[in-house]
Amino acid sequence: MPFVPHTADDIAAMLATIGVDAIDDLFDEIPPALRIGELASIPAGMAEMDIARLMQARARADGQPVCFIGAGAYDHHIPAAVWQIAARGEFYSAYTPYQAEASQGTLQVLYEFQSMMTALTGLDVSNASLYDGASALAEAVLMAVRANRKTKSTKVLVPRALHPAYRRTVRGIVEAQGIELVEASFDPTRGQTTVEQLEASVGGDEFAAVIVNQPNFFGVLEDVDALTNWAHARHALVIAVVNPIALALLSPPGDWGGAGADIACGEAQPLGMPLSSGGPYAGFLCCKQEFVRQLPGRIAGRTLDLDGKPGFALTLQAREQHIRRGKATSNICTNQGLLVTAATIHLAILGAEGLERVAATCHANTRKLADLLCEIPGVEPLFDRPVFHEQTLRLPAPTADLLRSLAAHNVLGGFDLSPDYPELGQALLICATELRTEEEMRGYADKLARIVATRTQAKCPVEPKF
Amino acid sequence: MGTLRFAHPTYWITPIAMLIHDQSRPGRRATAQAPLHSLAATDIPEGLRRRVPPKLPEVSEMQAVRHYTRLSQKNFSIDTHFYPLGSCTMKYNPRACHSLASLPGFLTRHPLAPDSHGQGVLACLHELQEMLKEITGMHAVSLAPSAGAQGEFAGVAMIRAYHQARGDHARTEILVPDAAHGTNPASAAMCGFKVREIPTGADGDVDLAALNAAVGPQTAGIMLTNPSTVGVFDRNIQAIARTVHAAGGLLYYDGANLNAILGKVRPGDMGFDVIHMNLHKTFSTPHGGGGPGAGPVGVSQRLEPYLPVPLVAFDGDDYRWLAEDERPDSIGRLTAFGGNMGILLRAYVYARMLGREGMGRVADFATLNANYLMARLKSAGFEAAYPERRASHEFIVTLKRESKELGVNAMDFAKRLLDYGYHAPTTYFPLLVPECLLIEPTETETKEELDGFIEALIAIRREAVEDPEKLKGAPYTLPVRRLDDVRAARLLDLAWKPGSNEVQDGQQ
Repeated sequence: MPFVPHTADDIAAMLATIGVDAIDDLFDEIPPALRIGELASIPAGMAEMDIARLMQARARADGQPVCFIGAGAYDHHIPAAVWQIAARGEFYSAYTPYQAEASQGTLQVLYEFQSMMTALTGLDVSNASLYDGASALAEAVLMAVRANRKTKSTKVLVPRALHPAYRRTVRGIVEAQGIELVEASFDPTRGQTTVEQLEASVGGDEFAAVIVNQPNFFGVLEDVDALTNWAHARHALVIAVVNPIALALLSPPGDWGGAGADIACGEAQPLGMPLSSGGPYAGFLCCKQEFVRQLPGRIAGRTLDLDGKPGFALTLQAREQHIRRGKATSNICTNQGLLVTAATIHLAILGAEGLERVAATCHANTRKLADLLCEIPGVEPLFDRPVFHEQTLRLPAPTADLLRSLAAHNVLGGFDLSPDYPELGQALLICATELRTEEEMRGYADKLARIVATRTQAKCPVEPKF
Repeated sequence: MGTLRFAHPTYWITPIAMLIHDQSRPGRRATAQAPLHSLAATDIPEGLRRRVPPKLPEVSEMQAVRHYTRLSQKNFSIDTHFYPLGSCTMKYNPRACHSLASLPGFLTRHPLAPDSHGQGVLACLHELQEMLKEITGMHAVSLAPSAGAQGEFAGVAMIRAYHQARGDHARTEILVPDAAHGTNPASAAMCGFKVREIPTGADGDVDLAALNAAVGPQTAGIMLTNPSTVGVFDRNIQAIARTVHAAGGLLYYDGANLNAILGKVRPGDMGFDVIHMNLHKTFSTPHGGGGPGAGPVGVSQRLEPYLPVPLVAFDGDDYRWLAEDERPDSIGRLTAFGGNMGILLRAYVYARMLGREGMGRVADFATLNANYLMARLKSAGFEAAYPERRASHEFIVTLKRESKELGVNAMDFAKRLLDYGYHAPTTYFPLLVPECLLIEPTETETKEELDGFIEALIAIRREAVEDPEKLKGAPYTLPVRRLDDVRAARLLDLAWKPGSNEVQDGQQ
């Protein structure tokens, strides 16, 4: 019996203690009409070696193409130590640290994670993580509307240059609470969100908060100081959406403008989490001290024990669902503890200088790749502003067609911007992290050049042979 | 009799709460772990650059490995201790689930890679989707929610979408039993509903008269856990379903306790319209120190259009994701990339290893272990909260008598259990039973482990009689003694800042 240790003697002794004849008697309070027979369509159980064979075949089927897609999830090196330690049973199979004294390992990791995230973002406090970057942004929006006491407005400005999946996620999570999301466009030549566009989207109305993402979805660096100062002059809070790797190079949200962003959130996946088809990742959420009681999710704090010795405990639990129930700051229960453990080890190993090297190499590789691709006739940068580690290109043929041809040759060429941004035409978002080699980048450029040339010559979509 | 185990063989060699930051020295690095060459990103404008590097620890790789290995040793976990945390289903997490979900083809796949480069993972997810339908008796399943609470949100959002689509805007209230998990009312509130509590009867079942009085044209639905959080199967579930449906409301099933009924009875057959499952409970994916979870939702036919995206479709040849464009009535997307895929893969491996015969055994032995524990504790003089009822996979002991007569409460028992090498059961939940321990042993524990736990509880009660102060000071054998929660909330110390240790500890 898989994972059940009972012997026949155990079962007999236990039934005798309970005073029933058979295990089935223990289910006698369930109305008989509801009892089911066999779960017919569930396959029979498998031995470990058999399921291993099946999973290995399926993992192989997915291949390991060369990946130039970013768009919110990034292929970074993960030190071997990160998951060997994070997957230790003591971290892997523990639960939420309700019994603090028996969970000091997890609690201290959460505290160290919070310390690292406040250092990266330049803000005062951090929670112990949320599900992912997009759901963290949804919580940030709810939090900002609760926290802004200068206005009763429930309007939040959302740049169109924000990740489309983030915009959809936020809408789905916050709209039932009466929050109005107002889209602000971007400058079509620079790919940047400007104060003029924010002004145009909101007019003279009051609003509670504005989202500022750095870099934005096109990889372009926003003028965060100007946007922050403009929002604060309008008594709105600033929600920063940032890439934690980029923060090794870029001004932290706490330094933006005259007063700093009020809330910062984002996706922690680049900090030691495998791509894994989209999850599990972790969202982070930081804020200024004055908003700490509006911060949702678990928070670990340092305190003292009965002997005056320092230790760690979950704190400010009066914000949370298990205490406040219907009046909690959020319904969130678990955080992404295991991923936070990985992120904390990852940051400890890389340190500020390691993180900066990763960020700078990604930046340089993406520029190198963009330069190589732009040698192909008809390929050119779409925007003229500096980027972090993604670049938007215009292509000489429909993006989806070119990506399909590349994928057939085991190259994932980037993210097709056309469906979400039809106004950009045949547009592609590329990313080359520190893992992409010169050879891989040249290979990509050569393949794309041949695909484009074949199409141009044939004047119709033909698969090149090579 | 219970023996005082030394719970933590290594804690004394670990310096007191030393942070990784305390071990930092300027210029120390783990050089092999970053690109070897430093490049200058000269084309980033000066005004957008970071002026001061972030204060991250500067340590060697070995220091980091040693520090976090030692921290891990300060945890109780399923792999090291019996962990009978009620309502959390802390069963063994098979190692194969982790290693097979971590195969390179799965781990390195980008979420936006084309479906053509994901047929392997999509096949697993589709089969999991289909198995969960069968196990729960629901019409359709979405794997998108990242945790139980997100599944609850999605479920209530679907109830809202359903009533709105029918133009039934009067349904503004969600009914929640007073025994419910805190996430239930919080999820209902996040979806814009008012929450109305329904009392639990003296026998542990929902109070039907109170339910009858509460339902009406304002009722959007009811959120129920069955077996409930008091550890009993609600015998009136069919009557509850009839009552709520007759009033035009829908039934939401909180799958937190699905482990108790796996392969025995299905939420769909009980009349539920929408359910969430906690795969980190029933399907044994890791709890990870508090996540990641996975909280798939299942629905009856009438709610199918509203399922959160993405869904996995299979046309007989190929698997593919269905997103917003093909699911126009969906309540939408809950995370950027559609869910905790790596966790879903672990659940898939577990489900395939159990197979159809293994599913029912889970409920059999989870229930056997719980009833055995309850029977022995009752005969040892402990008071079960619902002594006339069968335990499901969990049950409640109330220490109200010990609290009154000896002055020691459930918290004291819980903390003392840690000294005996057992993680404490859930305490002070559900709120309606005073001084309660909610005990869930799970099917993977041996009789010997259960016997040891019983002996420990008996020994602790003896200590409570002989020396109650001893319990109030517990634990004694862990890395720290009882922590000052009031101080933690009043003198907030939520992050290390340069120099913060001097202020906090006065030791350096």
